[in-house]
Amino acid sequence: MTCLPTHTERKLGLVIDLDTCVGCHGCATSCKEWNTGGYSAPLSDTDPYGADPDGAWLNRIHGYEVGDGADSRTVHFPRSCLHCETPDCVTVCPTGASFKRAEDGIVLVDPDLCIGCKLCSWACAYGAREYDPSHGVMKKCTLCVDRIYNEHLAPEDRVPACVRACPTGARHFGDLGDPDSDVSKLVAERGGFDLLGAFGYKPVNKYLPPRERRDARTVATDKTPQKQKIAAPTTAIESLFSWVDRALSR
Amino acid sequence: MHPAYSVILFTTASGAGYGLLVWLGVLSAFGVLPADRWLGFTGLAISLGLITVGLLASTFHLGHPERAWRAFSQWRSSWLSREGVAAVATYVPAGLLGIGWVFLERTDGVFALMGLLAAALALVTVYCTGMIYASLRTIRQWNQPLVPWIYIALALATGGLLMLALMYLFGTTRPWFSILTAALVGVALFLKQRYWATIDSEKKTWTIGDATGLGKHGQVRVLDFPHTQANFVMREMGFAVARNHAEKLRGYVRLLAFLVPGALCLITLAPSALLGTLAALLAVVAAGVGVAMERWLFFAEAEHVSMLYYGRPAA
Repeated sequence: MTCLPTHTERKLGLVIDLDTCVGCHGCATSCKEWNTGGYSAPLSDTDPYGADPDGAWLNRIHGYEVGDGADSRTVHFPRSCLHCETPDCVTVCPTGASFKRAEDGIVLVDPDLCIGCKLCSWACAYGAREYDPSHGVMKKCTLCVDRIYNEHLAPEDRVPACVRACPTGARHFGDLGDPDSDVSKLVAERGGFDLLGAFGYKPVNKYLPPRERRDARTVATDKTPQKQKIAAPTTAIESLFSWVDRALSR
Repeated sequence: MHPAYSVILFTTASGAGYGLLVWLGVLSAFGVLPADRWLGFTGLAISLGLITVGLLASTFHLGHPERAWRAFSQWRSSWLSREGVAAVATYVPAGLLGIGWVFLERTDGVFALMGLLAAALALVTVYCTGMIYASLRTIRQWNQPLVPWIYIALALATGGLLMLALMYLFGTTRPWFSILTAALVGVALFLKQRYWATIDSEKKTWTIGDATGLGKHGQVRVLDFPHTQANFVMREMGFAVARNHAEKLRGYVRLLAFLVPGALCLITLAPSALLGTLAALLAVVAAGVGVAMERWLFFAEAEHVSMLYYGRPAA
């Protein structure tokens, strides 16, 4: 049924910290690995090791440069389905394959009902849905619906694969409908924001802004002396010491 | 947006087919067209043939065409589903009209009612087609109130040109219908010009800063794409026709879809039946090519908001 639920009991989603994300793509790789065997398997690739690799990914990591000059910074930006509260990707679906769960708010595509018309991907403002030409159906983030309730997994593994994989703890999972949940508190504390909030899809996932640089003014006027440059070794013994120096400095 | 050739073929062919069905239904109901078996057969065969070819073409771009029947289920929320329902429903009164016209040579009474019902459902179907695009808020150039009305105007105009050609081939010409068709082509051109003026002058609402939420920290520039090669979203949503090409193509559309067919409609008023028939047939060909180009441009000029993440500065 592609009509949206008027109310969801919970609003499960992700909180992504743009301050600590290092852009390692570990979350995307882990997502791909889990989901190519998960709810809407496979997550096909074509020509994966060739000159023109292509494939469906549910999570992609962008790199942006923000600001100018000494104040500019690199921001790594993971982007996936935001499990919006009022998304058009669900309502435009002609078959009922696209749906939003009333119990936890997860937006899913039923791979057995999808006809692969791609209209939902046109309706998504975030480019989060990707068509899988090998499978002929639309793929999207499932919030690892086959992990988070999976009692065969250890309790610490009952989180989305991307959250489990993140080496810097930049990804958090929880109920954003509950103001007392850890993720809601984190959003309140750090000033978490919506992507394209004014667009009106009411994303559940939140992003935490990069923190202000503590050394914003000092970096531009860095006067610390540069390390003295050592002349290139000319004898064998100098070469040996030079090698030892390099090895120890690593 | 990437122009899908199956969708261009579908909307051009079935648009003209539904337009012709409107005219067949209305003109037969009011006795303007004679209840002649062969006129009825030819007209309905062309109309329903174009509709059917279009509907089949629209399933070519599906990942699972064998599941297309499922698309009739979500009419409560989905314009695509509504289009499917209306498209199939139109066959019922059209078929009944065909039985009366072709087998019984009657287009009065209940068959007149079927003609009017088929015309109404044909218009509803074309409106639904337009609303599939017009309801997408992610694409500013489509999310315009004029869009469904342009689809309807072009369906009535291209269908009218087909009707005019049939009238000449069957010797049932009415001068006022030539003028009416020329007027419809003019209305369609007026709406399309208004549409182009609107999308050109409207301010772009969203920026890369809004999309990433990083705008308050300064200018946002793309440093790295997520992957080395283009992905589905970039290919599907990233297609953009260069500004100067768009201007040139709009010129061809103005000429082929509107000015040439409109002028040819008026030429059909000349006293020579042969000249009239040739003009009417030529008008159909020009409009067919012109409207297909118009549909291609409708896709190629459409900018999707998700492309902001891939570096388009505004949408």
